[in-house]
Amino acid sequence: MLKPRILILHASGTNRDRETAWACELAGGNPEIVHVHQLRRGERRLADYQMLIIPGGFSYGDALGAGKVLSLDLRHYLREELAGFIAAGKPVLGICNGFQALLKSGFLPGDAGLGPATLTFNASGHFECRWVTLLPDPRSPCVFTRGMEEPIVCPVAHGEGRFISDRVPALEEHALVALRYAHEDGTPACGQYPANPNGSEGDIAGICNPAGNVLGLMPHPEDYIVRYQHPRWPHDGRGGLGLQIFINGVRYAAEM
Amino acid sequence: MYYRITIQPNGRVHTHRARDIIQDAHSLGITGLRDVRVQTLYFLRGSLQPSQLDLLCASLLADPVIETATWKLIAGPYPQSTAPSGGWVVEVGLHPGVTDPVAHQVVKVAGEIWGMSDIEAATGQRYELFGDLREADVHLLAQKLLSNPTIQHYYLGEMAPAFIRTAEASDEAQEIPLEGLSDEELLALSRQRLLALNLEEMRAIRDYFAGLGRAPTDLELETLAQTWSEHCVHKTFKALIEFEDEEGRRRQIDGLLRSTIRAATEAVNKPWVRSAFVDNAGIIDFDDEYEVSFKVETHNHPSALEPFGGANTGVGGVVRDIIGVSARPIAVTDVLCFGPQDLPMEEVPVGSLHPRRIQAGVISGIEDYGNKLGLPTVSGAILYDKSYTANPLVYVGCVGIAPKGRHRRQAQPGDRIVVIGGRTGRDGLHGATFSSEALTHETGQVAGTAVQIGDPIVEKDVMEVVCLARDQGLYSAITDCGAGGLSSAVGEMGQHTGALVQLERVPLKYPGLKPWEIWLSEAQERMVLAVPPAKWPALERLCRDWGVEATDIGEFTDTGRLVVRYGEKVVGDISMEFLHHGLPRRRMQAVWRGRRRLEQASSTPAVPPQEALLALLSHPTIASKEDTIRRYDHEVGGGTLIKPLVGVRDDGPSDAVVLKPLMTWKHPKGLVLSLGINPQIGKADPYAMAVSSVDEAVRNAVAVGADPDTIALLDNFCWGNPGRPEELGRLVRAAEGCRDAALAYQAPFISGKDSLNNEYIGPDGRPTPIPGTLLISAVAVIPDIAGAVTMALKSPGNLLFIVGETRRELAGSHYALITGTEGAGEPPGLPANGLARYRALHRAMRAGLVRACHDLSEGGLAVAAAEMCIAGRLGLELELADMPTVGDLSPEERLFSESNGRLLVEVVPAHRGAFIEMLAGHPAAEIGRVSESGRLIIRSGGQVLVDLSVEELWRHWRGAAC
Repeated sequence: MLKPRILILHASGTNRDRETAWACELAGGNPEIVHVHQLRRGERRLADYQMLIIPGGFSYGDALGAGKVLSLDLRHYLREELAGFIAAGKPVLGICNGFQALLKSGFLPGDAGLGPATLTFNASGHFECRWVTLLPDPRSPCVFTRGMEEPIVCPVAHGEGRFISDRVPALEEHALVALRYAHEDGTPACGQYPANPNGSEGDIAGICNPAGNVLGLMPHPEDYIVRYQHPRWPHDGRGGLGLQIFINGVRYAAEM
Repeated sequence: MYYRITIQPNGRVHTHRARDIIQDAHSLGITGLRDVRVQTLYFLRGSLQPSQLDLLCASLLADPVIETATWKLIAGPYPQSTAPSGGWVVEVGLHPGVTDPVAHQVVKVAGEIWGMSDIEAATGQRYELFGDLREADVHLLAQKLLSNPTIQHYYLGEMAPAFIRTAEASDEAQEIPLEGLSDEELLALSRQRLLALNLEEMRAIRDYFAGLGRAPTDLELETLAQTWSEHCVHKTFKALIEFEDEEGRRRQIDGLLRSTIRAATEAVNKPWVRSAFVDNAGIIDFDDEYEVSFKVETHNHPSALEPFGGANTGVGGVVRDIIGVSARPIAVTDVLCFGPQDLPMEEVPVGSLHPRRIQAGVISGIEDYGNKLGLPTVSGAILYDKSYTANPLVYVGCVGIAPKGRHRRQAQPGDRIVVIGGRTGRDGLHGATFSSEALTHETGQVAGTAVQIGDPIVEKDVMEVVCLARDQGLYSAITDCGAGGLSSAVGEMGQHTGALVQLERVPLKYPGLKPWEIWLSEAQERMVLAVPPAKWPALERLCRDWGVEATDIGEFTDTGRLVVRYGEKVVGDISMEFLHHGLPRRRMQAVWRGRRRLEQASSTPAVPPQEALLALLSHPTIASKEDTIRRYDHEVGGGTLIKPLVGVRDDGPSDAVVLKPLMTWKHPKGLVLSLGINPQIGKADPYAMAVSSVDEAVRNAVAVGADPDTIALLDNFCWGNPGRPEELGRLVRAAEGCRDAALAYQAPFISGKDSLNNEYIGPDGRPTPIPGTLLISAVAVIPDIAGAVTMALKSPGNLLFIVGETRRELAGSHYALITGTEGAGEPPGLPANGLARYRALHRAMRAGLVRACHDLSEGGLAVAAAEMCIAGRLGLELELADMPTVGDLSPEERLFSESNGRLLVEVVPAHRGAFIEMLAGHPAAEIGRVSESGRLIIRSGGQVLVDLSVEELWRHWRGAAC
């Protein structure tokens, strides 16, 4: 089987693109880091890829709000290409800054009736780098978390990850909250810091669109793809690898 | 005429900003402030329709979920007062010309996406203050909390935005006649223009131009001052020093750096050192394919004046040093020294910021730059001492990785001089000379332009472009624009060729800079490349693809002259020979009068050991730094395998970090980063500080599993004015300590930097120097990452060994500090056979015999044992009677002595014999067991010295964190 081609979008200030590419390789994909300029100039076409990842970073310095200027790129320069890609059911993953951009551009939650939502400054008032436990919702249509039975663990590293929306009940009702912050034992964080590291409403760490092929999440599954990245590996500490998200995405892309 | 846009939170989310301001107001003595509302302001100038303003408000400037935006036209030039009823208003904006990345994005996006061209933008903050406040209180709040006069101005009421005042381009170069000037007049000129040159140097310049038969231009004089600054050429470390020791013996030191630190590197002669003291960073071999570079810098004076910007651009600068050796930066380190966070306001020196404000700004500055570059900030320390109040220390380091043999170092005649990255503005003028002088109570007002504000995203793009340009072979030399700006960068690169620069081609942030300002500006995020003409089109295309500005500003020549023109006009023409070799060598006096006895007598009654341990754990220098560490992204890159925080609750203080660079997972090797620093020992004896810091850096690296035969060192001295013979004498002692310890551990120094004149001169003219402070950073290789060891206890029932002998070495110890005593005995010295001991321990680690390992440093054995308990949430039962000692030691000396060369090691009972055998011939003893009791119990000869729950240890250690 041919490895699915994965476009990893790079904008000025993107910084987790290289480790995301490595996660894609380990998951069996064929990643390529592509600059947003290359797409705008037509040197690359989104339609030639089977999967899109918008990775973490500080696109355009997060001036005017995290992911804001990148969201304008998505809305103005890549609107039709991206809308077509999503409508075709191809998987799209936005991590951290990528989630912020997908949310602020309206591609997530992807249904006007379920928005708007935003990701703003952490309740703690500052950047947080720490490991979190994420509970997948088994009811969610999300293709990236499909079949996940145990929680996954990975770090968060952000200053603006607090999910705010008036439509949280609606998101929950449609099972679009694919990943929630949880305590280490897998019980819901219920807003408690630091299990919920940023004060997100409904412990929301990640949401998907109703079709399930677009996922945005604040934590970094690409930073837990081998055992030695876990903070407690010297104590034999483990937990679900973030790699599973990429494996699911790649498998889905390959099956399409 | 301009538009004013106010962004107001709609109350959907609450932040802690108001609470923090009220809390800080209290520490200023303002108790009447009850509430604060913060709003963001944007100012736009240009032809805009109301519909366009609505669009910008809705789609760009406000987040509609949590904010509302309103705009209005301001017709008149004068601000109005619009205080809410019962409140005061303070509005704060940047001075014109200070880098404002947000305003820059507004202009860019409005132009590119919506076609609104020719608009200008500025930003500001509005604070509405409520409570029982007098006007004087509001001014105090504005000055001390809400603005910083170095980069900002404030208004009570509506502000006038700082659109950049533009002026006509100018080729004006002033001639500065030196001929016939008296010595006094030469010195006065040096002071007035902030040249930081002494009489001999001024005379040399006068005589050079007398020989040419003309006066120097302002640009030439400034170029020489920058190139000859302490910051750039390290005059003190190269000087001829007349040294007198405590017994009155005199000897001559022919270059302190050459005769101590570099001499050690040459004597050690390690084949894996690829570059030491030559490039912008030290370089060692990592594996068959890659080399690793490491550089540590300081940014003390800028951080004292503008903590955020100073620390921010400190990170930016050291990262550019790594880009300047053609490497991809992979990690950042930071070590910070501040005054006490609880210092009463009335004790803050005139003209200085409060240490709390300095700390908050510095940490935010490092967080902002490091995180935005996508570099993990992994290794560091924060130290507190009253002597750092007016002169904080900010050490920042960067590690890089590059394929071997790709870095190119020699500009060729005919190569184009290409500047890439940020634009040039008036920011950061006189940085190099400014950092070579002491801070005074009015430095903030005089040297405002010396402070720069960074734009990390520009540097991020530059980083990507340089890695690609390197792999495509597009340049023949590269260096960063740091201190001295283009003058230093081009002057250095063209040293062996010559250079011709056309200043009018340099892209500017705003017009109106004089030629010398363009040439000397320390605007951030710029690199200079020597580009063969045939490669220039490819480089230009690459830069355009990545959105990085690249400009050809001249060429390297074969004339041996540095010629600077603005259009047709020559504004500078100096021979490279004079520029680089015309500096008269300094002759300096140094004296060492013997170990300083501390002022307080040791008559203070002894503190019970248990109380002393708790006091040590809550001492801010020793206490947990978790709150700071978590504000730095230490995970990005996915390679931080032993993290700064370890243990079962991810909160134990790691001895060192282990990194796995992304492209190197095909083999098991990793990189270890560690450090050693202890100014308290330095107060007793700088020699002891130096050997202790080297030993600490080495043993921290060994503690996590580094191979002791792969350790490379960096030195960073922060010192007072070396013009005073006592101060220089202490520096000589420290440098000699570095040499002796490097030889003892066979660990070469590969890079170093000194920052002198770290003093505060108050209104009374008296200097207060910092205590001489030496940071030793280490980089080493761990043969197999899977064999890395952490300091957290692992399992009840395991044995605890101490490796190394304990001496009566409490002079300069933290025990002496908290008990207010001088400390018994001597400051710590070099252990005998330390290298053999660390090699033996490393062999035991490689054989899998070590479950946990922790180095003994500040607070000695007691603090180290407590930290291991905290990290593993397990107890320890120890008996100290049979620990290896030199002489008969008291219980306090056993607990708290800070002798070097010691580690605590956890071993499973089954490996007891094997471990003892591995350590045969070295001082090591079993002193207890890991217990499930949850208590740290320490006895000596059966007498209980400490019996505390791990919970209580943790509370003291965690609670004092700032």
